[in-house]
Parts: sequence; structure tokens; C-alpha cells
Amino acid sequence: MNILVCVKQVPDTTEIKIDPITNTLIRAGVPSIVNPFDAYALELAVRIKETNGGIITVLAMGPEQAKSALKECLSVGADKAILVSDRVFGGSDTLATSYILSTTIKAIESKTEKFDLILCGKQAIDGDTGQVGPEIAEHFGYAQVTYAEDITVDGENLRVKRENEDHHEIIETQLPAVITVIKTAYEPRYATIKSKMASNKVQIPTMTSIDLDIDLERTGLKGSPTKVKKTFVPQIKKSGIIIKGKTSSESALELISLLSDASII
Amino acid sequence: MGYILNEEQTNLVDMVKEFMSNEIKPHVAEFDITGEFPKKLYEKAFEMGLHCLEIPEEFGGGGVDYLTAAAIYEEIAKIDAGFSTGLCAISLALKPVLIAGTPEQKKLFSDIVVPGAFGAFCLTEPNAGSDAGSVRTTAVRDGDEYIINGGKCFITNGGVSDVYVVFASTDKSKGVKGLTAFIVERSRSGITVGKEENKMGIRLSNTSEVVFEDVRIPASNLLGKEGDGFKIAMKTLDLSRPFIGAIAVGVAQRAIDEAVKYSKQRVQFGKPIAKFQAIQFMLADMDIETEAARQTVVYAIQLILAKKPHSREAAIAKCFAGDVAVKVALDAIQVLGGYGYSRDYPVEKLLRDAKIFQIFEGTNQIQRVVVAGHLLK
Repeated sequence: MNILVCVKQVPDTTEIKIDPITNTLIRAGVPSIVNPFDAYALELAVRIKETNGGIITVLAMGPEQAKSALKECLSVGADKAILVSDRVFGGSDTLATSYILSTTIKAIESKTEKFDLILCGKQAIDGDTGQVGPEIAEHFGYAQVTYAEDITVDGENLRVKRENEDHHEIIETQLPAVITVIKTAYEPRYATIKSKMASNKVQIPTMTSIDLDIDLERTGLKGSPTKVKKTFVPQIKKSGIIIKGKTSSESALELISLLSDASII
Repeated sequence: MGYILNEEQTNLVDMVKEFMSNEIKPHVAEFDITGEFPKKLYEKAFEMGLHCLEIPEEFGGGGVDYLTAAAIYEEIAKIDAGFSTGLCAISLALKPVLIAGTPEQKKLFSDIVVPGAFGAFCLTEPNAGSDAGSVRTTAVRDGDEYIINGGKCFITNGGVSDVYVVFASTDKSKGVKGLTAFIVERSRSGITVGKEENKMGIRLSNTSEVVFEDVRIPASNLLGKEGDGFKIAMKTLDLSRPFIGAIAVGVAQRAIDEAVKYSKQRVQFGKPIAKFQAIQFMLADMDIETEAARQTVVYAIQLILAKKPHSREAAIAKCFAGDVAVKVALDAIQVLGGYGYSRDYPVEKLLRDAKIFQIFEGTNQIQRVVVAGHLLK
């Protein structure tokens, strides 16, 4: 099976802080990681490869430093990695990003083989929109299954365990398809000393707008119908009275007395 | 900290750090208390290749450079010194094979260890500790084979290894010059694992007696020539002592990290004790000594990488780092006060772990003999 996994390099938002004056993310000194949901997607891809054979390509859109995230993916089971990067893509929102990625995927397919399966993490932990995966499916006109917790190969089709709030569904889909992946039951595997050392030596190719059959009007700020107007930390109101340390009947009596003192009851 | 590494080397060390923190750290206290051998934890480490860092790539190992390997052993030791010792001891057994072995012998050893197995370096006997020349285990030539008889003790990984490198006497009359080194596969008949030591510290590593009764091995398992054994053993120790130093530094570093963390949280006299100079000076001294110890390790490794003599520097690194680890662990307990004395906090274990680094791989008295020997040449 020929699998493509879209990955994004993101700041480790567990460590992120917001500058209280400008209300923007302080990115300096924050380590960059592979977006966790993309790591789960890659883990599922590797499991499919292990049981059914295949080749996994990882694709990232981002600046040159995103190659370290791609190398991380190579060290845990991806076979090939490609970076698509161009200054003109800067400022792209999800629609522009999905357009660029889809165009890149088509360019790769024109030189190799069509991808049977495209996997994405459900959302990036810095943008949190969750839109790029489904948009890629629409650009291709492929079936899409979102919130996948597990994937099994069933002959020519795939069976996807799809999570809902209080139940899950098993969806069967033909290929080609796009599947977006949530936190799976399988923790992404560790690299090994050897695979890490090998992946560090790989030269990852960069594709730019020149290599693509792309309409630049649909990329970058120009191609972005949505714009981030403001990022801010919401004010947490800490008012209110907490009644604690009493039995339920004592608490109830205190509450009644407070409410009647406040002329609410 | 302390090791100047490039991006790729740092990547490797960070990967090990994350692995140790997520997969091993949560289980350390439990195994330290029970003394049960953490087989499953080691198996995870094998999957990552932490047991064959130093086996050359051509034999299936990581072929990691010595400086990065030391940084990795230190990182592992920060989480548990015993676990680091157990892994490092496999490389200790490997070294005689790398020093004196033929390509076939290197392949023999690597084929056993690389898939995920322990090796053990078998020199010490009840009557031959510092006095390594008093080894009584014999190896008698019989046609195409040698027959090995004797008992080894205090062998790290002795009870769990699939391959041993054994030092035996092929000529008692020659004393130290009659010692010979052999590869002995666990699968040979006549090998029994004896008593497992119930140790004060490094309890996540296995230390056992190993008994050889009429164990027959092919003559092709002999490393180098008859009589080369002592030289091989000494060269091995010169190469491995810096790594033991690195592990001791890891213990000391963990002690500092715990003491710093505690001192920021513990409030007495209205402020965190970290605000008092008495505590600050203790912590600073701990840090100065630990960094100095680390640099003796780095220097010894740099000499090894430059293919220069390093016997003196290896002894200095091991001796100093071992002494520092004990002192810094003691100081960390003091910073934590009453809680430092409690088994519910992680620092008393660090002292129990640190002590061995003044004893094995050549006692710190022997290290001083080596250093004095160089001074008084």
C-alpha cells in the first residue's frame, strides 16, 4: 500500500507561554516537535505497513527547520520524506495550506505512484482548526473518515474505528481515502539508536512553487479567506463563594442563608 | 551539560533521556525495593539498541562514538545507576573482544548480544579482587578445546548473560602472565549461576557468582594468545573506567537536581531554603565537584579518541567521579533533611547507588595505585 502521511512541525504547546503585553505566543526557546496527532497517524501507517507491506512517505509544509520533524518521522518507520516550502506560501490559512499540500501530493504522484491512503492527524496543536485533513479529501474528491482511533486492512478496503463522544463506529471505506487520526491506543514507537543515526544522515528534498502546477493566487495571504484577528488569553473570573468542609445538610443551610441575605430568595 | 556534542549526537542523547523518563523512571523505586531483576525494562532498552551502543556497525551495533556513549550512560544513570551499569557492563564484556578478538570472534560475540542479550566480564574471584593476578580459574588445553574450571564472583550480569568473557590461568607458574581470556557461551554445558548478591545499591543490575565445571570451549574462543589475559584485562579497564565515571557523574547530577528542586519548595523561616547562602553554597559546591568530575571523564575519552595513552586519566576519572558521587549524594540527603533520610524520597537511594563506584572496576585505592605509579615512574 502506498501511504502518505501529512505532518506538521509545531511548538511544544505544553511549554508555551503567552506574552502578557502583546498577547502572542512566545516561540523563542520553545522546542519544536512533530504534531502529536500526526505522530499517531504515522504510527498507524507503520502498523499497516508491518502487517500488509507498503511504502510510507511523510510530507510537511513549513520552513527549512521542519526537516528535523521529518527526520524524526524517518527514524520511526517512514520510508521517504519531502518538505514543501516557499516564501510565497507564508501566511496561508487552512484552505491555502490544504491546496498547497494537495497540489504537492499530485506533483509527487505524477513522478511515482498514486497514494492509496492519505493520513493526517486530526488537528495541529498550534492552530487547532482540524480543517486541513478534510479539505485535502475535498481537493481530491476522495472519501474521508475522521477521528480514527484504529485502522485495519480488510481485503481491498479499510475498516476504521471512528470515535464519538460516547460510542464508536466502524466505517468501511474503499481506497483511495483520506483518514484523520486522533490519539490511538498505540503509543508512537521510539526510534532506535540505529534508526536515529540513519535518519540524521538522510538528505530530504525540498519542493518549492516552481516544482508545482500551482495557482499562486490561492496560496499565502492572498489565498486565505480566513485571517487570525486576535490571540488572547481569556480572563478567568475568580469570583464566587465556595462552601466546603461541611455535611450536605449544613452546606444547604448555609447556602440558603447566603441566598436569602443577598435577597435572591 | 558538560559534553560538547553536535546536533545529531544531541538528538541521540535527548531520545534516550525521553525514553528513560517515560518508560523506566516510573518503575525504578519498585525494583530497587524488591531487588527483582527488571527484565522487561531491559528488553525495552534492547529494542532501542542501548545494549550495543559500542558494537561496531559492521557487526550490527550502533557504532556510537565514545563521547556520545558516555553522555548516554550518564543520562541513563540519572534515572537509575544500576540500569546504566547493567547496560554498560555488556560493553565491558565486549571490550576484550574488540581489543584482542579476530573478526570471527567479534561476530560470534555480536551475534549473541545484538538481538537483545547480556554479556558479562568475568575476572573477579573470591581470592582475586584487587589482586587480579591471583585468579585460580584454570583453562587446560585438550586437543582442539580448552576445559575451564573455577568460580567467579561479583559478576555484573552474571546471572542473566548469554555470553561471558572469562579470565583463566593457562599457566599457574607464570602468575599474572599466565592469564588468558576466553569467550564462553552460556549454552556450553557445565556453567551454573550461583548466589545472586543482595546489594546495598544498583539493585536494578544483576550481580552473581558464576561457576564453571569442566566447561569445554573450542580453542578458537581464545582471545589473542595464551598469557595475554592480564594485558587485555588492563586495557579493557582503561577503556571502561571513564564510562563508569560517567555513570557516577549521572548519580551526582541526579542528587543535585533533587536537592535544587527541594530547596526551592521547602519553606522555613518564611522563605524557600534556596534563599539561604548556606544551602546555596552547598549546592554550588555539589555542582562544581560534579562538573569537574564530568570533565575528567570527558578528558579521558578525548585521549582515547585521539588514540593517546589514557591509563592515568581513566583512573583519575573513575576515582574522582566515584568519590564525588558519594559526597554529593550525602550532601543531597542533608539538603533534604529529615525527608532525605526517608525511603519515600529518592535521595537516600542515590547514596546507596553511589557507594559502589568507589569499589568496583578497580577500587579507588587501586586507582590511586595507578595514578601514583604514573607519578613515580
